[in-house]
Amino acid sequence: MAVDNRNARPERREPPAPVRRGAEQHRIALRDRNRNWRRHHLLVARQSWSRLFATPLPTLITLAVLAIALALPGFLLTGLANVQRLSDGWDHEPRISLYLRADLDDAAADRFSRSLLLRDDLASVELVSREQGLIEFRQLSGFGNIVDLLDENPLPAVILAQPARTGLTELPLIKARLQELPEVDEAVLDMEWLQRLNAFVLLAERTVLVLGLLLALAVLLVVGNTIRLAIESRRDEIVVAKLVGGTDAWVRRPFLYSGVWYGLLGAVLAWCLIQFSLLLLQEPVTELARLYRSDFEPSGLGFAGALLLLGCSLVLGWLGAWLAVGHHMREIEPS
Amino acid sequence: MALISFDNVSKRYPSGQEALSNVSFTLREGEMAFLTGHSGAGKSTLLRMIMLMERPSQGDVVVGEQNLSRLARRELPYHRRRIGVVFQNHQLLFDRSVFENVVLPLQICGYGAEDAARRVRAALNKVGLLDKEKFNPISLSSGEQQRVGIARAIVHKPQVLLADEPTGNLDPQLSEEIMKLFQQFNRVGTTVLIASHDLGLIERMRHRTLVLRNGRLIADGRG
Repeated sequence: MAVDNRNARPERREPPAPVRRGAEQHRIALRDRNRNWRRHHLLVARQSWSRLFATPLPTLITLAVLAIALALPGFLLTGLANVQRLSDGWDHEPRISLYLRADLDDAAADRFSRSLLLRDDLASVELVSREQGLIEFRQLSGFGNIVDLLDENPLPAVILAQPARTGLTELPLIKARLQELPEVDEAVLDMEWLQRLNAFVLLAERTVLVLGLLLALAVLLVVGNTIRLAIESRRDEIVVAKLVGGTDAWVRRPFLYSGVWYGLLGAVLAWCLIQFSLLLLQEPVTELARLYRSDFEPSGLGFAGALLLLGCSLVLGWLGAWLAVGHHMREIEPS
Repeated sequence: MALISFDNVSKRYPSGQEALSNVSFTLREGEMAFLTGHSGAGKSTLLRMIMLMERPSQGDVVVGEQNLSRLARRELPYHRRRIGVVFQNHQLLFDRSVFENVVLPLQICGYGAEDAARRVRAALNKVGLLDKEKFNPISLSSGEQQRVGIARAIVHKPQVLLADEPTGNLDPQLSEEIMKLFQQFNRVGTTVLIASHDLGLIERMRHRTLVLRNGRLIADGRG
């Protein structure tokens, strides 16, 4: 049998050779360790990738579950962002409408509105005279004909006042003070609908958050379970690797890469699902907006949203794998 | 210089069974020795302690300068890299080729691919399996599988080579060949410890022999 001459000959002459050999190994490792380490990472990443497609059907099913779990919160968040964008377009500033007493003539109304400008709890006022009110009513209500039948203008003059402070506790106080004024018949705070919308959006946000957390947990469990099965099927390999001196990190590495690949592919699939669902919604939403004479265009996930989706998915994939491997790492020991 | 030393080592299992009791011996660097005794005498337990697959209930095992009872868990892999082990059941991976089996310790130690390939071929050449590197080990005979296991054990040039019944299922001629292989490694400086119950073969090899009986070291001398 051939002997490796390079090493064998000098060592035969000098018996305490193992010390020298050890030193030689160490030197090689130091010089090339970083390069070899990077190459090893690349190799493991590639092997983990091709291992995914060695069993295409189970991998695809796992990826589909991940994609759905990731797409659902992504889709809901996108919808919510659209609702918020829509409500941002409306005037957020609360207004107090002051319906003036009907016996006040235009000049008195004008004087009164000017006097309101001096108040420091109001930022601006806008007088809608009885005449103007009637014109707007004709245009917007569609009851113009009925108004024509009336002898005189039934509408009061209205002052639209913009409060200087918009705190939720201060607004009703300002409204109450304005209500006290003798010229004012009724003061109405136009903010209830806005409060309701905000409350609704807040509720929806919370719901999506809770749903998102639950689905993130589902992603963790799905990846964790998939990796657990992979570990189970590669138990022999882990035992042998540990016997020949594989560190925990070395043994863990291929599984962590698998987790990251699941995260990456899950995110890509989820992105496709979200964009496809939004595409299906595009037409009805545009149609609805047209009926409301709005040029509102629903927006998609966007670059930041896609990045967030990818980031969450990668972290969840990695974490799921890490939890599964961490749990099984100590359990699988050579025996 | 002592490479492996057992100082008053005992191993008691929770069941009360005593696998080793008060075993003391020293194996010098570059020495070759056999470990023998009937089955259940504690041979495997002793080897497993050197690998730190088991810890003694009492006493100290020292390998190199390192007292194994003071070895932290994270240092364990580096301890094992100094040791090559040949198992009776080979412990080969059947989902990859002979080459990929043998290269594993080198990958773990961080060798570059070209360097590793060269060393794997040198190791396969030594055990006479260079032409089988692309085979799956499952397609090889038992003797050939054993030699793949040996190639994997020595490919990273460990300081110590341990073998647990390496000739267990082999015919006498193959057994002798395998033992000669171990002798070759010993001649180039590797410390070798072989557990075997093949007394005839051990006698012919003329090396130091440690005899265990019921967990006690009852003889230590030239075979």
